[in-house]
Amino acid sequence: MSVELDVFVGNTTIMDEEVYQLWLDGHTVNDAVKVRMEGGVMDECEASKDVLLSDTMDQYRTFQMCERLLHSPAKLANQLLFQIPPHRQIMLIERCSRDALIQLTHLFQRSHNSLFLYLFVKPPPLCYVSSHGNLFFVSLSLFRYYAFDDTFVREVLGKKLSKGTKKDLDDISAKTNVTLKSCRRQFDNFKRVFKVVEELKGPLVENIRQHFLLSDKLARDYAAIVFFANNRFETGKRKLQYLSFQDFAFCAGQLISNWTVGAVDNMVEDMDVDLDKEFLQELKELKILITDKDLLDQHKSLVCTALRGKTKVFIEMENNFKNLSRGLINIAAKLTNTKDVRDFFIDLVEKFIEPCRSDRWTAADMKLYLTHYTNSAHILDTFKHQVVWDRYMGVVKSCIFKMYHD
Amino acid sequence: MPGKLKAKIVAGRHLPVMDRASDLTDAFVEVKFGNTTFKTDVCPKSLNPQWNSEWFKFEVDDEDLQDEPLQITVLDHDTYSANDAIGKVYIDIDPLLYSEAASVISGWFPIYDTIHGIRGEINVIVKVELFNDLNRFRQSSCGVKFFCTTCIPQCYRATLVHGFVEELVVNEDPEYQWIDRIRTPRASNEARQRLISLMSGELQRKIGLKVLEMGGNAVVGYLQCFDLEGESGLVVRAIGTACTLDKLSSGSAPNTNTHMHPNTAPASNACNSPSKDGKESPLAHGCRSTHNSPVHSVCSSQRLSQNFSVSVPTLIFTGMGSGGSAGKEAGPLRTLLRQQTQTALEQREFPFFTLTSFPPGFLLHVGGVVSARSVKLLDRIHNPALGNTRSYKLLDWNSVTADEPETRDAWWEEIRQEIKSHARALGCHAVVGYSESTSICEEVCILSASGTAAILNPRYMREGCLDIGCTDHRFEEPSPPNCGFCHIPYDELNMPFPAQLTYCYHCRRQKVPDVLFTTIDLPSEAAVAGKGCLIQARLCRLKKKAQGEANATAISNLLPFMEYELHTQLMNKLKLRSMNALFGLHIQISVGENMLLGLASATGVYLTALPAPGGIQIAGKTPGDLSSEHISSIQKRINDTIAVNKELYQINPPELAEEGVGSPIPEPRHRSRLFRSHSESSDELSELDLSHGKKDAFVLEIDDTDAVEDIHSLLIDAPPPTGFYSCNTENMPGISNWTSGVQMFTSVRVLRLSNANLTNQGLNKIFTDLCENLLKSFYFKLRSMIPCCLCHLNFTVAVPEEELIQVTVTAVAMTYDKEQTQEKTAEKPVNKGSLEAEEQLQFPLELCADSSSSNIQTASKISDTVSLFTPAAKLCQNQLLIVRSAGVGESTNISPRAASVDYGSFADRCSTWLELLRLKAHTIRRGSVKTSRRTQSLAHSVSSLERCSPLQEGRSRSLRSSRSFGGSSVTVVKMTPLSFLSGTRIIKYLGIINMFFIRETTSLREEGGVSGFLHSFIAEVFAMVRAHVAALGGNAVVSYSMKECVFMENPNKNQAQCLINVSGDAVICISETDQESSASTANTGQTGGGGTDGAT
Repeated sequence: MSVELDVFVGNTTIMDEEVYQLWLDGHTVNDAVKVRMEGGVMDECEASKDVLLSDTMDQYRTFQMCERLLHSPAKLANQLLFQIPPHRQIMLIERCSRDALIQLTHLFQRSHNSLFLYLFVKPPPLCYVSSHGNLFFVSLSLFRYYAFDDTFVREVLGKKLSKGTKKDLDDISAKTNVTLKSCRRQFDNFKRVFKVVEELKGPLVENIRQHFLLSDKLARDYAAIVFFANNRFETGKRKLQYLSFQDFAFCAGQLISNWTVGAVDNMVEDMDVDLDKEFLQELKELKILITDKDLLDQHKSLVCTALRGKTKVFIEMENNFKNLSRGLINIAAKLTNTKDVRDFFIDLVEKFIEPCRSDRWTAADMKLYLTHYTNSAHILDTFKHQVVWDRYMGVVKSCIFKMYHD
Repeated sequence: MPGKLKAKIVAGRHLPVMDRASDLTDAFVEVKFGNTTFKTDVCPKSLNPQWNSEWFKFEVDDEDLQDEPLQITVLDHDTYSANDAIGKVYIDIDPLLYSEAASVISGWFPIYDTIHGIRGEINVIVKVELFNDLNRFRQSSCGVKFFCTTCIPQCYRATLVHGFVEELVVNEDPEYQWIDRIRTPRASNEARQRLISLMSGELQRKIGLKVLEMGGNAVVGYLQCFDLEGESGLVVRAIGTACTLDKLSSGSAPNTNTHMHPNTAPASNACNSPSKDGKESPLAHGCRSTHNSPVHSVCSSQRLSQNFSVSVPTLIFTGMGSGGSAGKEAGPLRTLLRQQTQTALEQREFPFFTLTSFPPGFLLHVGGVVSARSVKLLDRIHNPALGNTRSYKLLDWNSVTADEPETRDAWWEEIRQEIKSHARALGCHAVVGYSESTSICEEVCILSASGTAAILNPRYMREGCLDIGCTDHRFEEPSPPNCGFCHIPYDELNMPFPAQLTYCYHCRRQKVPDVLFTTIDLPSEAAVAGKGCLIQARLCRLKKKAQGEANATAISNLLPFMEYELHTQLMNKLKLRSMNALFGLHIQISVGENMLLGLASATGVYLTALPAPGGIQIAGKTPGDLSSEHISSIQKRINDTIAVNKELYQINPPELAEEGVGSPIPEPRHRSRLFRSHSESSDELSELDLSHGKKDAFVLEIDDTDAVEDIHSLLIDAPPPTGFYSCNTENMPGISNWTSGVQMFTSVRVLRLSNANLTNQGLNKIFTDLCENLLKSFYFKLRSMIPCCLCHLNFTVAVPEEELIQVTVTAVAMTYDKEQTQEKTAEKPVNKGSLEAEEQLQFPLELCADSSSSNIQTASKISDTVSLFTPAAKLCQNQLLIVRSAGVGESTNISPRAASVDYGSFADRCSTWLELLRLKAHTIRRGSVKTSRRTQSLAHSVSSLERCSPLQEGRSRSLRSSRSFGGSSVTVVKMTPLSFLSGTRIIKYLGIINMFFIRETTSLREEGGVSGFLHSFIAEVFAMVRAHVAALGGNAVVSYSMKECVFMENPNKNQAQCLINVSGDAVICISETDQESSASTANTGQTGGGGTDGAT
C-alpha cells in the first residue's frame, strides 16, 4: 500500500516561507521534513510525519512550478497560473518595525495618490504594491531566489560562467558547505543575469534591477559578478584569499562607475561591462612619472614633505616611495593587455599592499600616503595628464583602502 | 439570422519559443465559429505579438450561438512545413446571450494545449449583437438564465418555482473512434473537448426550451454530468429546477432568503412564540411530524438492463412498501394542504427540486432521505454504424441513432419513478435536494439518485400567485418556523417504517422523529444547539472479478448490504457526537473491478426540536461472553468520547438541563437493537411509542471480533484540531460570523493497494485512514487561517484501476470571528481588526491623519490608523494574530548564510524594501521617458529590420512590453463551492461557467511524476476558470464544483491523461462594508479592474 499520487492545489497559492528557504538551500524533501520536525511545526494542528511529508512535497512542487517564472521575474506580475493574494496586499513576514511602516506609507502617499498599503501576513511571500494601475512587484521571495551565499560566489568570482565551471560546482559545494543544488541555482542565476544584461543598453545596475526586480543592493552585487565574469579578473590566487566578496564587489562598483565606457557615454552597448579602451591607452602616458627621473624625484620630495612628522612609518615610506610608485604606474601602463587586466587585483596586492603591510603601515598611514601621492602629482609642472591621473588614482585609491586589511 | 458575433484579437504575451534557431515565434491566430474561420496576420519574431486585428464578424443563428463555442487557435507560422499549433482557447459565449449578464467578454485568456498545458496568453474581445426573434417554433432558448447555485441566487427573488427539468444527449466518444488510431493524441483530445463543449451547449439550449415551455425564465441548481461510457459512448446529462426569477433592484436591502445567516442564537428565540402571525412566519403552516430512521428510508433497488433476463427483486427496507397513499387519511388540515399541493405537483411527472436551500416558508415538512440505485449493463456496441461515417458524426449528432438517448432516458425515468414512489410512501409529495450520479466500471454502470422527501408550501407552485408576501389564511395552527420542518409528514398510526416519535421539543404539539436525515442544507430558520460537524461513513467491499451479467448481479447483491452498513456507521457516529440530525447527506457508491467503495458524508447537527440522542451502550451477546472488564473499558471510552464531543461542539441544549437527562449514560431499560439485528426493532415498536421524552440507548452487541473492529473504527475519527470546524453543507450550523478569508482548494490522493490478500476489514481501515489523513493534511495546510471552518467538503471516491483508490476533495476554508458570536454589524469586524493590528504593530493613531481623504472612505468611521489599511484590516485580522505568534520563530528561520542580502532584522529588510520602493517609484517616473525613447529606437529598428539582430530586437521589445504589461494588473478572482462569499454581496450573476479540459502527457517523469502532472493541471484549470471569469468582468466564482476528475496513468509508458470538468457561476461581488459607498462604482465595474479599483 502506497500513496501513488497526492496533490493539494489552492485557488490562492499557499507558500510557506520556511519551506521555501529549505528548498532554496537545496535540501531534499526528506531533509526538509526533518528540519521542520525539529522546528516543532508538528505541534501545530496535531500533524503527523506523513502530513508533513505530504505538505513539503506539495510546497516543493509549487516552488518548482514557480521557478520557471522566477527566471524572468517581469512575467510574474501578470502571470495567470498562480493567484497570489491581491495586488494591493503587502505581506510582512516579521513583526514590522513601526518606523519602517510609517515611512513606507508616507512614501506612497506622497508619490501616488490612490495607493493603499495592505498588511497581509504569512505565508504568501510575493508582494505587490500598486499605484495608478502600475503594478510593481516587490518580492521577498524573489530576493531570496536571487540571493546567494558570499562564500560560494567568492569561489566562482571572475571565473568564466561556462559549463566547465559548472562541472566544478561539486568541489565548490564540498568546500563551501553549500548544497550542490543551491550552488547550481546560484550559478544559473549568475549565468541568466549575465546573458540577459550582456546585450542590453544602458547602465548595468539599472538593467539588472529592472529586469529581475531586485533590490538596489542585490542588483549591485550582481553587477559586480557580471563585471568580474566578463573581465575574468583573477581572484582565486592564494594571496587574494583574504579578500571577501564584498571587498571585490566594492572594487567592481568603483571600476564600473569610473573606468568603463559607461562612465563617459551612457547609451553604449556593454558600456558597463567593458573597460574604456581609450582610457586604458591613455594610462600609458602616466609612465612619465617613473621614467622621467626628475619628475620622480620631484614627486617623491613633494610627498615626503607633506608626510614628514605625520606618521610613524615615514622612513619606510620614504625608502619605498620609488618602488611603490613604479608598482602602481606599471600596473596602469600594462592595463591595455587583457592578461594584465585579469591580474589587476593580484598586482595591486603584490606590488603595493604587501610591501606596505610588511612595513606595518596602518590603514591611516595608507590613506595619508595615497592622498598625498595623488595630490602631489597635480603640483608637478611638467605632468600634463591630470585627468587621466585622477581617473586612475581615484579608483586605485579606494580599491586599496578597501583591500588593505588582514 | 438572429445574431452577429464579433471577435477581435488584440495581443499575445509570454508565448512559447517555437523557433529554436531564433528563440522566437511567428504567431498568428485562427478564429473559428461554426464553419467559418478567420485569420489574423502573422506577427513575426515576437513572443509578445500585437495583432490588433479587425473585428471578425460571424452572422449566425442563435441556436448556434448557444451550442457552439468560439474557438481561437494560436499557431506558429512556418514557411516550409505545416504550421505548428501553439494552443487553443474555447470561449463559451452563452453569458453574452442574456440581457442582464455580461455585455462583453474581454481579457487575457491562457492559451491551452492538451499536451503542453498553458503556453502563454492571448487578449481577446468578444461581443454579440442579438436580434429579437419572435418565432414561436424557435429552437433556441436565449435568455434563459442558468445557475449552478442550489438556492435562489442572491439579488433575485423567486416568484414561481416550476419544477424539475432534465435532458440528456448522447454521442460517440471520439477517443473510441477508429480514427483515433491514426490521429495524434492532441487531435483526439481536442475533438473530445470540442464535442463535449458542443454537447453541453446543446443540452443547455434544450433545457432552456423546456423552461420556456413551462413559462419560467431561469434554471437554478443546474447540475450537468458526463458519463464516459467508453465504447458505448458519451452521455451528457443535466437536471435543474425551473423558476421564474425577478431581479431585485440593486438599491433594495438584501433579499428575504437569508440562508447565509443561520440563526446563531436558537435557544432564545426558538420556542417562545409558537403562534406567530402568519405574515411574519410564512413557514408556520401545518405542524405534522415526521420520522425518518435513515436505515429505513433508503431504498435500494437493483435492476439490470433490459437485455438481461435475470430479475433481481427490488430490495426495500422495512415498511417502505406500504404504498403511496400512506398519508391520505390524515387530519383535515393536511388533507387540504396536500390536495392543493398535489394538484400543483401531480400535474408534473417528477415533483423534484435540485435546490438544497429555500426561501423561508417554502419547505413545510421533511420526511427523510429517499434514494434509489440501479445497476445497468452498458451495451458494447449500440451503433451499427461503422467506418468513415463516424468522423462526420462527431460533428453532427443528430444522425446518431435515435434510440440511444432514449435508452438512457428510460433508465433514469425508472429511477425517478422509484424515488417518487418512495417519497409518496413517506407521505410527501415532493423531493428536494435531488441529485443524480453514476459510477461506471467497464460495462457495468450504477445509476443513483437521492433526495429528501418533503412537503412544500403550495403557494410557490401555483400559477398566478406571484406575491411572496401574500399570506394564506387557510392554514391555522401555525407552528414556529424553527421546528415546523421537523414534524413528520406521514401518519403516525400508519408509519412507513418503525420509528420512535416524540412530541416536538419546541411546540409540544406535533410529533417529531428521534433522528432526521436529509440531503438539503440546514434551513436558515432551524433552531440548533452548538456547532455542526462533518460525519463520514466509509466502507469497502471486495467483490469477485466477473464479466457482464454475473458482475452486475454480484454488485446488485452487495449494494443493499453496503447501504445498510453505511447507515449503521452514520447513525453510530451521529450518536457518538451527541447529535440528532444529518444535513447534506450524500452517499456515493463507486464500483471497481474487484471492489465497491461506499462513502457517505453529511453534516451532523443537534436540532433542538428533536429529542436528545441517547448514548451508545455496549453489550456482550450473552453475559460473560467477553470479559466484562473489556466491555466496560470500551463503554467508558465511548462515554468519554461523547462527553468530549459535547464539549467540542458546544452542545448544551437548554432542554437537557430542564429534564435532567444530561447524563450520557443511557438507561438500559429501553433497548432498541436497531443496528445489530434489524428485525427485532419492529417487535419493540409498541413499547417505543410510550418512551417519548426519554433517551434511548443504542446497544451495540459485541458478538464477534468484527463488532469489536467496528467499535474501534468508530473511535478512530479524530476530531478536528482546535480552531477548526468542518461541514459539507453551505452553512456551518452554529457559525455565521464569517470574516473574509477564503481559500478554495482541490486535493487528490490516489492510493495503491499492494497487498493482494486484503480483507474487507483491512480495506475499510485503509480507506478510513485515507480519508482521515486527507482531513489532517487540510488542517495542517490551512493552519494559518485558524479560526476557520472547512465548508462544503465534497469527497468523491473512484476506483480508477484494480488496485487504486482515488479520493478527490474540493472544499473551501473560511475564517470566522471567534469572539463575536452575536449577529454581526457591518462595522464591528473592521474596528476590531484595526484594534488588533494596532495592538501588535503598536501603530500610532495619527498615522492616518496624513492619509489623503480620497484614500479611505471609511476613514471617517474608524479614526485610528490602521484604517489606512482598512479594508484589509478586516481581512487580515485573523492572520495578524498568527504573525504575533510566528514572528519570533520566523526570524530564526532566516538562513544566516544568505548574507549577501541582509535579512538580519526586519527593520533592515524593510529599509531595503523602502529603498527599493523608492527606486521603483523613481524608475517609473523616469520610465515613461525611457519607454518613449525605447519605442523610438524600436520604431527605428523596425524600419531597418534587416540590419537589426533579431535577438536584440526581441530583447529590447520584451523589456519594453513587459513593462507596459506590468501596468495591467491581474484581477483577483475568488472561488468558492458555496453560493455566497463571506463579507461580500453578489450584485450580478454573469453566467454559468462550465468547462471541460483534457491534459495528456507522454513525458510523465519529466513533468514531476503523476503528482507533478496533476498539480500543474489543476493549477492550470483554476487559472483558466479565473481568466474566463475576469474576462466576463467578474471577480468571483460561486457554487464552484469539480464534477469530474478522471485520472489515468501508465507509468511504464511514461504517460498519463486526466480529464477535468468544472462548473460554477461567475459573479461580481462587492464588499459588504463598502457596498453603500461604492454602489455607484459597482455599476460601472463592468471590467474587472474597474470593480476593484472602484472600491478604493
